[in-house]
Amino acid sequence: MTATSAPAQPPTRRPVRSLGDRLFAGSATGAGILILLLLAGVAAFLVVQSVPAVTAPADSIPGGEGIVAYVWPLVFGTLLAAVIALLVATPLAIGIALFTTYYAPRRVAQPLGYLVDLLAAIPSVVYGFWGIAWLAPHLVPSYRWLDEHAGWLPFFAGPASATGRTMLTAGLVLAIMILPIISAISREVFSQVPSLHREAALALGATRWEMIRMAVLPYGRSGVIGGAMLGLGRALGETLAVALVLSVTSGLVTVNLISSSNPATIAANIALNFPEATGIGVNALIASGLALFVITFAVNLLARAVVNRRAEFSE
Amino acid sequence: MSRPTRTPDLGQPAGASLAAGQPRARRLPRRTATGVFAVLTVLAVLLGLTTGLGVVPLVLLVAVVGTLVVVLLSRAVEGARKATDRFVTCLVVGAFALAMVPLVSLVWTVVSSGLPRLDAEFFHSSMLGILGPGGGVYHAIMGTLVITGITTLMSVPIGLLTAVYLVEYGHGRLKRAITFLVDVMTGIPSIVAGLFAYALFVIFFGEGVRMGFGGAVALSVLMVPVVVRSAEEVLKLVPNELREASYALGVPKWRTIVKVVLPTAVAGLGTGITLAIARVIGETAPLLVIAGTTTATNLDPFDGRMATLPVFAYYQLTQPGVPPEDGINRAWTAALVLIAIVLVLNLVARLIGRVFAPKTGR
Repeated sequence: MTATSAPAQPPTRRPVRSLGDRLFAGSATGAGILILLLLAGVAAFLVVQSVPAVTAPADSIPGGEGIVAYVWPLVFGTLLAAVIALLVATPLAIGIALFTTYYAPRRVAQPLGYLVDLLAAIPSVVYGFWGIAWLAPHLVPSYRWLDEHAGWLPFFAGPASATGRTMLTAGLVLAIMILPIISAISREVFSQVPSLHREAALALGATRWEMIRMAVLPYGRSGVIGGAMLGLGRALGETLAVALVLSVTSGLVTVNLISSSNPATIAANIALNFPEATGIGVNALIASGLALFVITFAVNLLARAVVNRRAEFSE
Repeated sequence: MSRPTRTPDLGQPAGASLAAGQPRARRLPRRTATGVFAVLTVLAVLLGLTTGLGVVPLVLLVAVVGTLVVVLLSRAVEGARKATDRFVTCLVVGAFALAMVPLVSLVWTVVSSGLPRLDAEFFHSSMLGILGPGGGVYHAIMGTLVITGITTLMSVPIGLLTAVYLVEYGHGRLKRAITFLVDVMTGIPSIVAGLFAYALFVIFFGEGVRMGFGGAVALSVLMVPVVVRSAEEVLKLVPNELREASYALGVPKWRTIVKVVLPTAVAGLGTGITLAIARVIGETAPLLVIAGTTTATNLDPFDGRMATLPVFAYYQLTQPGVPPEDGINRAWTAALVLIAIVLVLNLVARLIGRVFAPKTGR
């Protein structure tokens, strides 16, 4: 790292620092500390505004059964949608990352990777528009088919939604939204695999797939896991795409993925109800937001720990 | 999959591809797979024209049958290991093609639905007093510009200074803590940032507070970590020799940073900041919470509700009014304008990177 130029010197040679130097160093450090304060502030203000909802009598919370009964179905919906997204997106993203690093002709690999990155640039609300207008109607026939032929599975118990605005659709939209995150990180790790490993595998007569299985995937595994968890963090907090696509029944907990009544996600529930909420309802929504903050914070913390550990190994 | 090769008897001696004396294993001619898929595509088009099957089942048919044909051919001629390799190649290419479907269909849907209302009136008028047809996004675009502008003014100095701290000054526990928490901060859900701004402003302005400045604060929470990360990466790339040369001339550290390090990195910084702006300009959730929406043009960020482009699009789609067509059309056009802005910003970011790149000898 280049950052160690100054502090690496012994204290005896410490130069006299001018006023400008001290001011500049002070403001730079101050900005760094400000960020820490900002993060602490986010947590603190959310806690302060959640307290009234926790201490309030149970029947004043929307739903009338207290804050836990209010937040729990939302947490369930959030996790369900995010897990679907992760299950769909991770294999696809690995495929895309392999395609851009080892399969595509070298000259077009970078532009193609840029095309995938464009998926990340599209605003969430536009994904919601597209989900309602294109994806959901196109999925309705598949849902009918699933309902008829796989209805014995609790996931596809039906009755199939006529609009296609189901939990599975929301999960698929989320999958597309987190695809570029996972594939970008996987791509980076895959391209860092030492060429000696790869060439050794190829020299032993391995086919391209065998080379990838023996040299690339083991090396990139923790990077892919970290990337997937970052994607999970993003999927948990994604708001408007879900708010638009999902047709919501409040307080419901079900694993039925293709019917028209679904549990909401925390973020979507806030977006749908906050503009009209008053009094204790606002505090209840902020409390659910605090739950979301804690969940995503934990997931991101874990993801970063995994990714950073890999970075240390690969020096 | 690493079983020894055992080819089915198609006139080929068993284990031919492994035999030591064999000069060269049998291989399918080049571009066999491409050819198979091309033939199948032509057949599928003919089938589609004659039977009227939908596009989706036809594409699926081509993908599945094509993969099957290629794998079986390869298994017969080249052996099981090669066949597995070809199977994975088909999967990987298929994964990429599958990812392009949403991109293409999304752009197509938004453009075709957004074009009908893409006229001059759309950009000149606000929604004040509009029921039914007409109306536009002038107020929302102005709101987006004001809020994004304030966000940029707040986030860029904080983000840049933090990056300078991390690269030039930071050491020890504080540096590690900031690096780690900035990483974690990039994962804060946007709606939580909005709630934070609300929880902060409700203390000063009372319940139900809505203001553009709150939106800017919320967006800053999202933008600062992005700026820090990109600026940090770029500053790390500045060669240490430049800093050392400057110190050797007796230039104080802060002058070195301002006059040598930052100008060297200006291209990367510009790219990073532009991409960060592109990221926050499309954010809807925090603005929905704290900035609200309105029908009139409001340019004062401290004076109540302020419309923004993404929130405008959201409300026009979900509460289109009567008749709904007009609102829905406005929503799609607003989405089209939003995508256009984001894509242009992405393009500008690349251009900045090209044009202002330092002219090194490399």
